[in-house]
Amino acid sequence: MTDKPLSGFVTVPIGPQHPALKEPENFTLTLAGERIMHTGMRLGYNHRGIEKACEQRTFIQALYLIERICGICSHSHSTAFVNAVEEIAGLELPRRASYIRTLIAELERVHSHLLWLGVAGHEIGFDTLLMYTWRDREVVMDLLAKLTGNRVNYGINTPGGVRRDVSDEQKQEILKGTDVLEERTKYYIEIATTEPTIIGRLSQVGKLSHDDAVRLGAVGPTGRASAVDRDVRRDDPYLAYSDLQFKVITDDHCDVYGRAVVRVLELMECYSLIRQLVRNMPDGPIAVKAPRKVAPGEALSRYEAPRGEDVHYVRTNGSDKPDRVKVRAPTLANVQVVAHMLKDGYLADLPIVIAAIDPCFSCTDRMTAALVGHGPAGEGVMTWPQLRRHGIEFYRRQGIDFADLNKRLRSGGHH
Amino acid sequence: MPQEEDDILNQLTAQFPFLAGKVRLQRPRRLWAEVPADKLAEVFEYVVRQLGFDVYCTLTGLDMGDKLAAIYHLARANRIVLNLRVELDRQNPCLQTITGYFPAADISERELVDLLGVKVEGLPDGPRYPLPDDWPAGSYPLRKDWPGLDAPAGAAQTKPEGS
Repeated sequence: MTDKPLSGFVTVPIGPQHPALKEPENFTLTLAGERIMHTGMRLGYNHRGIEKACEQRTFIQALYLIERICGICSHSHSTAFVNAVEEIAGLELPRRASYIRTLIAELERVHSHLLWLGVAGHEIGFDTLLMYTWRDREVVMDLLAKLTGNRVNYGINTPGGVRRDVSDEQKQEILKGTDVLEERTKYYIEIATTEPTIIGRLSQVGKLSHDDAVRLGAVGPTGRASAVDRDVRRDDPYLAYSDLQFKVITDDHCDVYGRAVVRVLELMECYSLIRQLVRNMPDGPIAVKAPRKVAPGEALSRYEAPRGEDVHYVRTNGSDKPDRVKVRAPTLANVQVVAHMLKDGYLADLPIVIAAIDPCFSCTDRMTAALVGHGPAGEGVMTWPQLRRHGIEFYRRQGIDFADLNKRLRSGGHH
Repeated sequence: MPQEEDDILNQLTAQFPFLAGKVRLQRPRRLWAEVPADKLAEVFEYVVRQLGFDVYCTLTGLDMGDKLAAIYHLARANRIVLNLRVELDRQNPCLQTITGYFPAADISERELVDLLGVKVEGLPDGPRYPLPDDWPAGSYPLRKDWPGLDAPAGAAQTKPEGS
């Protein structure tokens, strides 16, 4: 990364105020006109020292802290951690608890993927999709709130089990909600696979070849959309996954379009998994008593979070506090692939390419791009909304305009 | 012991006799191996190129008290994880980069540099990660004897030579 922009090029630093990621990012783009020549990265701006902080906290306290690494896939981190602690402590998770943890995990994936679909729609100017998906997402948010007491940071896990049981009445509500969401998702699949505006806007954008995805270590839907057939749930099963039937969705478009297709099809698998978990949930206790202190040991826990493989390493020393906790969140694996995806692409594609790896985007609007170039654009600051607007206008000039589609869907009677 | 894990364990100890008794299966799909620092490069090469451990999960750095340690977490067919642990001298902790095998290791090797003060030879130039640019030199927060940022001058922790 050079401080001085190359002459004749414009250098655009983006970030670092982008607290949506586990580590907010700073992309420094070198542009030739509209084309991205090079992307530099500086991460770590929001490093909060959670791993170190865990060493000063008991296992229960650390569990709650770890759940707050991410507000979207909080259950992923909490489960990956508690699974490791239970492995070291030799605790046998009751089967019912295992099913409940898995159920929350799949409900979380539904809310995360629906959230993503809305964000992706917004970034390209397809705001009707945002409104629809986020309205539908409330169905799963309500279910999570009823089951756990919280819309986010569910707090369902405890070493040795889960903190709340699922009643028969709740099971019926889950099945009912799942039916509604499945119908809606079929509609989104139809839109994603047949609407020429969507296909035209997302195809060939943010290309990542299969070989590059493997070489650079892309995880989750980002990798699977480049035909990387990996899913920890199937390959290295944890919790109840070895009891369940599901397909690992892959796609070979190797672009943002493929990443959208993988996520909408994964939603259908989620509904199937949720039904299996509800219908086959074994009776029995939901927790075993966990010791306060954990004997010396270590474990590596892997978990297929909505964004991809989440890795936790835990080491214990016989006390009531972990000796070392190491977290590798999926976005950290995928953010390194972004620079490659952006190369030779348009500045106008930057919002959707970054959004397509599905970093948590709750605070996206706080991200700014300072235009400090020495090129024709001169000096100035571009905020994320301006960048997004730039992308939408850029494609409108090329004939890709979501205004008609937005209008058509709103009046299409899909309510 | 499951067959596939057993085969891996046998192949490892047949290829590297010094690993006898140093490889253990903790549970199905989780193998742990203690590798001497001077043998890491050849074991790593064999594990990745011959045994097919082609998925890089992550790299963990540890402070074990009198020693530092690093654990490479690698998976075969995304299924069986081999955790290769190497102990590092506390005064002069040093590793070779594995970015030639796994470019994604770049960021996790920088973590070891910043948080534990491990030198990683061959790591390409690039921005530090994850600490801020004005973080005091020689202050490694994941070391157990890290006195904290507010500690008075002189409460320094053990530093690697030449830092």
